[in-house]
Amino acid sequence: MVFSLVGGAIPSFKAFGLKFIVSGDWDPTEGREVYGALPFIAGTLLTSFAALLISLPLSFSTSLFLGEYYKGTRVARILGMLVDLLAGIPSIVYGLWGFYVLRPLMIDLGFGGQGFGIFTASLILAIMIIPYATSLSNEIIAMVPNDLKEAAYSLGATRLEVIQTVTIPTARSGIVAGYILSFGRALGETMAVTMLIGNTNRVPDSFFGTGNTMASVIANQFGEADGLKLSSLIAIGLLLFLITGIVNGVGKLIIKKMT
Amino acid sequence: MNALQATTYQDKSSGRIWKDKFIQGLVIFLSVVTISPIALIIYKLFVEGYKQISLGFIIENTPDTFAAMTAVANDERIPGGIANGLVGTLLMIVLASAIAIPVGVLTGIYLYENQGKMMANLIRNISDILQGVPSIVLGLISYLWIVKHVTMGFSALAGSVSLAIMMLPMIVRSTEETLKMIPITLKEAALALGAPYYKVILKVLIPTGYSGLLTGILLGISRILGETAPLMLTALGSSTINLDVTKPTSAVPLLIWEFYNDPNMIGLIWSSSLLLMAFVLTLNIVSKQFAAKRR
Repeated sequence: MVFSLVGGAIPSFKAFGLKFIVSGDWDPTEGREVYGALPFIAGTLLTSFAALLISLPLSFSTSLFLGEYYKGTRVARILGMLVDLLAGIPSIVYGLWGFYVLRPLMIDLGFGGQGFGIFTASLILAIMIIPYATSLSNEIIAMVPNDLKEAAYSLGATRLEVIQTVTIPTARSGIVAGYILSFGRALGETMAVTMLIGNTNRVPDSFFGTGNTMASVIANQFGEADGLKLSSLIAIGLLLFLITGIVNGVGKLIIKKMT
Repeated sequence: MNALQATTYQDKSSGRIWKDKFIQGLVIFLSVVTISPIALIIYKLFVEGYKQISLGFIIENTPDTFAAMTAVANDERIPGGIANGLVGTLLMIVLASAIAIPVGVLTGIYLYENQGKMMANLIRNISDILQGVPSIVLGLISYLWIVKHVTMGFSALAGSVSLAIMMLPMIVRSTEETLKMIPITLKEAALALGAPYYKVILKVLIPTGYSGLLTGILLGISRILGETAPLMLTALGSSTINLDVTKPTSAVPLLIWEFYNDPNMIGLIWSSSLLLMAFVLTLNIVSKQFAAKRR
């Protein structure tokens, strides 16, 4: 697989060399074709990182709810099931909902003229990665030995203090790994982001401005692509593959070290 | 302990308790916020989508833009349905399962039988990496393999291959995990009776782990059911029912994407999404029920 991706990407790397990664120009005009992946790399990293930050308080609270406060109760089971359902919703349905519900809301709130952009895309991405982040850190938090917590309680600690001094430190690396893995998820999301980010091929200049990501440029421009452009799109696919591979590898490594 | 000291202690501890209560409240509040999108999304789909759902919606092909435009202008129900998408989705899922299930289950059995060996670890790691590959990249790969070299054009086969690669790691993982839970004595008993190895697999391992395997397969299918991105690069879409695997084929998510890009078809977006969601979520819940029953 890697081999065929590399094979498809060669013409583009040959034409632009390393400039492909650092150049911000993307111009498909016949005769002076220039392709640089920087706008998309920047857009991908920016949206995914913002999504991670937005989802952090939500998913962390949910995993505390499931793994600590209401561990093993019926309420937690139902909540856990609903969070799992979030993972089942197809990307394109998130996109539609974002387009018809979230985007008008953004316009009303006065973010950006059309409601498209990095922020809107990050918001929908944040919702999409919540189930992944939650289920991983919830499992790790639930695994913290009861003896440790009971020892802290017997010293008179409140629940919050137990969480702060026992649960989080014990589960820290697992929680971090969970968030790294969900970051990897966010990197590769295509449809919902494509529908909301605005698809402008330049390095994003503001958080509420429009941009583009690696996955959505492939989805958007693949249909009309051939020759050098096709090869550049494949090269972007290869870069995306490598970036997600590294991110996931780091996450898995941390988990492996823990167990 | 004099009275003054006692009050200060009490004050301090009530502050701690207050803080504890506050954080607990915050956790509950944020958890509710977390699950609110699912309610909002289902509500929106239902409110906007139920009007179009009818028998014709399931058995008719997609209308052309003009027909849809006239219907909207006359304030009628948009004619036609998504039969081409339903049939295409079904075709590609069957094909993808036909590729992924045998390969996945066999790989899972191999991994289970060769715990700790180098080759098995390598395969397990590759399968893990595969799980993390973005679906659009899988679409690209299937494009390079199938569209360019096998079917010489966009095809249902190419779509199925990308979906199969997507299902594969889930099936491998669930097969191995299920087999690990089967008591080793069962296997030993069969071997002691002189059963050849393939019979042990077919008659003991697979039937015992059946529900676990099924869970993995159903979860895999529910994951690929709503996939759009790889299909855009491989199956492309078609406005009529197509059963030829070497021809472009439609799928429900692809149709939603087309409707989204066509201002006249907006009425159809919600109903097709509603239908898709109903499928995906039912499959999801059913497979989770299977998993829960097993425990």
